[in-house]
Amino acid sequence: MDEAVRLEVRAEEVAAGRGASRAAVADYLRLEGVRKAFGSFEALRAIDLAIAHGEFVCFLGPSGCGKTTLLRIVAGLETQTAGRIVQAGRDISLLPPAERDYGIVFQSYALFPNLSVADNVAYGLVNRKVPKTKAAARVDELLKLVGLPGSGAKFPAQLSGGQQQRIALARALATSPGLLLLDEPLSALDALERVRLRQEIRSLQRKLGVTTIMVTHDQEEALSVADRIVVMNHGAIEQVGTPMEIYRDPATPFVADFVGKINVLSGRLRPGRELTIGASRFECVHDTDAERDVKIYLRPEDVLARPIAPGDANVFDGAIDKIEFLGSYCLVRVHADAMGAQPITVYLSLNFLAEQGLEVGSRLPLKLLPERMRFF
Amino acid sequence: MSAVLPASGARALRQRAHWSDRIAHATLAAIVAALVVFLALPLGLILVKAVQDKDGAFVGLANFASYLATPSLLQSFVNSVWVALLVTIVTVPLAFGFAYALARSCIPWKATFRTIALIPLLAPSLLSAISLIYWFGNQGAARGLVVALGFENIYGAPGIVVAECFAVFPHALMILLSALALADARLYEAADALGTSTARKFRTITLPGAKYGLISAALVSFTLVITDFGIPKVIGGNFNMLATDVFKLVIGQQDFQRGAVVGLFLLAPAVLTFGIDWLVQRRQTAMLTARAVPLKPRPARGFDALMLGYVGVVSALMLAMIGMAVFASFATYWPYNLTPSWKHYTMGFVDAEVGDAFLNSLKLAAGTAFFGTIVVFVGAYMLEKTRGADALRPLARLLAMLPMAVPGLVLGLGYIFFFNAADNPLHGLYGTLAILVVCTIVHFYTTGHLTAVTALKSLDAEFEAVSASLKVPFFKTFWRVTLPICTPTLVDIARYFFINAMTTISAVVFLYSPETKVAAIAILNLDEAGEAGAAAACAVLITAGSTVVTLLFLALGAWIERRTQAWRRPAAR
Repeated sequence: MDEAVRLEVRAEEVAAGRGASRAAVADYLRLEGVRKAFGSFEALRAIDLAIAHGEFVCFLGPSGCGKTTLLRIVAGLETQTAGRIVQAGRDISLLPPAERDYGIVFQSYALFPNLSVADNVAYGLVNRKVPKTKAAARVDELLKLVGLPGSGAKFPAQLSGGQQQRIALARALATSPGLLLLDEPLSALDALERVRLRQEIRSLQRKLGVTTIMVTHDQEEALSVADRIVVMNHGAIEQVGTPMEIYRDPATPFVADFVGKINVLSGRLRPGRELTIGASRFECVHDTDAERDVKIYLRPEDVLARPIAPGDANVFDGAIDKIEFLGSYCLVRVHADAMGAQPITVYLSLNFLAEQGLEVGSRLPLKLLPERMRFF
Repeated sequence: MSAVLPASGARALRQRAHWSDRIAHATLAAIVAALVVFLALPLGLILVKAVQDKDGAFVGLANFASYLATPSLLQSFVNSVWVALLVTIVTVPLAFGFAYALARSCIPWKATFRTIALIPLLAPSLLSAISLIYWFGNQGAARGLVVALGFENIYGAPGIVVAECFAVFPHALMILLSALALADARLYEAADALGTSTARKFRTITLPGAKYGLISAALVSFTLVITDFGIPKVIGGNFNMLATDVFKLVIGQQDFQRGAVVGLFLLAPAVLTFGIDWLVQRRQTAMLTARAVPLKPRPARGFDALMLGYVGVVSALMLAMIGMAVFASFATYWPYNLTPSWKHYTMGFVDAEVGDAFLNSLKLAAGTAFFGTIVVFVGAYMLEKTRGADALRPLARLLAMLPMAVPGLVLGLGYIFFFNAADNPLHGLYGTLAILVVCTIVHFYTTGHLTAVTALKSLDAEFEAVSASLKVPFFKTFWRVTLPICTPTLVDIARYFFINAMTTISAVVFLYSPETKVAAIAILNLDEAGEAGAAAACAVLITAGSTVVTLLFLALGAWIERRTQAWRRPAAR
């Protein structure tokens, strides 16, 4: 089946979605109140989620947050305790995996070790009575697509981990599924290969336009490839948003903490857009009617060391406590009386440190960006 | 399809089964049904018979009371227990020493010693009893030794204990070998770095590491001895044990009720030891992590010499045992004319008994290996790799593990009760070769099952999920992927079934008919008829047959490995 045919089929399926609302057609995949309980343990609590056609969505969260369970429920490998799943206007809640429409890639690759690469990729085609020559052409096309042309005669054991995962991807895409499910596909690979393959997966997904869900516990991975990220914790969705929204505008302390580095400071919010930390007063953009204690969430890059002009608001002075060398940047912990004895961490470039001759014990001025502060 | 949004607390949703899932469920159900009919029901009937009188009326514990009131029967119980204990106490340390030498020293010819020690596995257990009679019996070659040691003769408890030690040794050895093979070199390196003495390392690292293996070996030894029938029958004389009692009560006196009581007495220790072993094994699994470094023994002249001496002596005893049976089977007229001749072999074949019996043995073994391997592997696959039918799975697991806890004698007893009943629709099976095949498959089901499960568990758990997502039904993946990967395991299972079917006596002794008599039974009959030479010849014949078949299986395995497992070798790049 080529791309055009596949899209046609998809359109037919969408049109055939009996009684499906307009919204259902717009959302390629919809989860409604999906719950999963293992005995008394609540693995997933009332998950509602809509994924648009062609979207690349990441389920992100710590281990045990339920992200893999949710993916397996979408795949039909587990059955939800309650709730409904609609794919392309078709209620698939209770369909067995074989009657759903998806391709899946696992962390373990799950390639059939005794079959050649070509036989692995063609595994789903053979069963659909695709003629041999057509299947072979499709295999060649897919191997080219994943950057491994001519490797069809090899056995999986003769390939590296990254190559094996590319073959697994080709196998999952061979039958042109409407949905691609990736279960921590990069976790078993080494760091360099991981970065390379995630970009390949991303561009492949763009090219094919296949709706994709990837499960990962690696925030950097999610931020770099996803159209939208679903951050999960304790079986519930904490936030759904674009990578930028998730990073810049975390909805909950958990999201702020889990994605990226962040300073957490205790302070007091007062009417008149005023914030006190310890004995010091700062400007903020958040107004409040009644004075209250808050936790201030501030990313290291939102505490500036330059440019600071004389007379700038929110400037304070501190002493360098510890410098963690990370390459071109350093993570610098600063002790400032203005922070009420709470250490604050900032990113400083190696050049800046050298220019200013800063080392542990040096003092420097810092500025808080009022519009970047988040309060919980 | 309507929306499915049950309020919380409502029944959990159930996925609809795919047609291919239904095939899997039906297959699983068929295997469970077969195990119920050929395992659970016969065993259940022993329980029933034990609380019934001859006419089938419920009598409560009356049979037990009458058993306990019979001093001779009670004596058998006591005999069985102390003999089994003594054999365990003697064999396990001996086997541990042997295993320790093979696993932890640098002695030469390890493979040869290992093979010699495992030979008894290829022979019917009563071969050692026959040999012992030729060595130490009334006309034995070294009879004086027995007298010198203060025994009147070898018949009875002394003979049983010695013969059982030989028969049980390889079983204990195999368990201890695998227990000692599981060693993490890093522990010993850490101990060396701390300047630990050899004795302390042995006490604090080696023994705790092999603890579960030792427990397992002791339990297996005890159970094997208490349920063995062949050895006490041949060399026991007037020394009665539970296993011989069962036979006498059921076949001799047709006293099914008290036979059932004795059967339960045999079942109890087996079930108990099985339970303990199972608990122990579960704790064993976490012992060794994937990162462990395998221990490589280092040469130590004095220690290695000591170990070589010990292993040499034990191996010599093993060879003396096997060798005497072979020698005696060729001796024209023991002990007066020791000229080698084929007399006992030709005589056996001429009166056709041994020839037919040997042929029956081969048929039984081939049938057991063929059908047993299929059933066991398909059953293990359905259990491990398919989804749904969750209610059936715990039952299937239990039934697959149960045979390990059931002595063959007890299983055979259950078969008589069940299939000999005239109103059983399966009564027609009684006395056929088919029932011997079925009984032998069930008898050795668990080991085959566990071997298959281990092999299946080593496969990626997501093969079936991937297949389903590609719309390939599970049986195609079974055929194209699982089966080819597991062929070496299949060969192992088939070999295990074949060898055990060749040598087993315990279950089939209740079930054979004149037409289906197997060679291992023929030994018993010949021995009873005073044809000791022919009995030895028959035992040797079985051992030789088993050896040839083992070699054939090994060759087949190597050939299959070459033909189908090319993908395992990444070097072919």
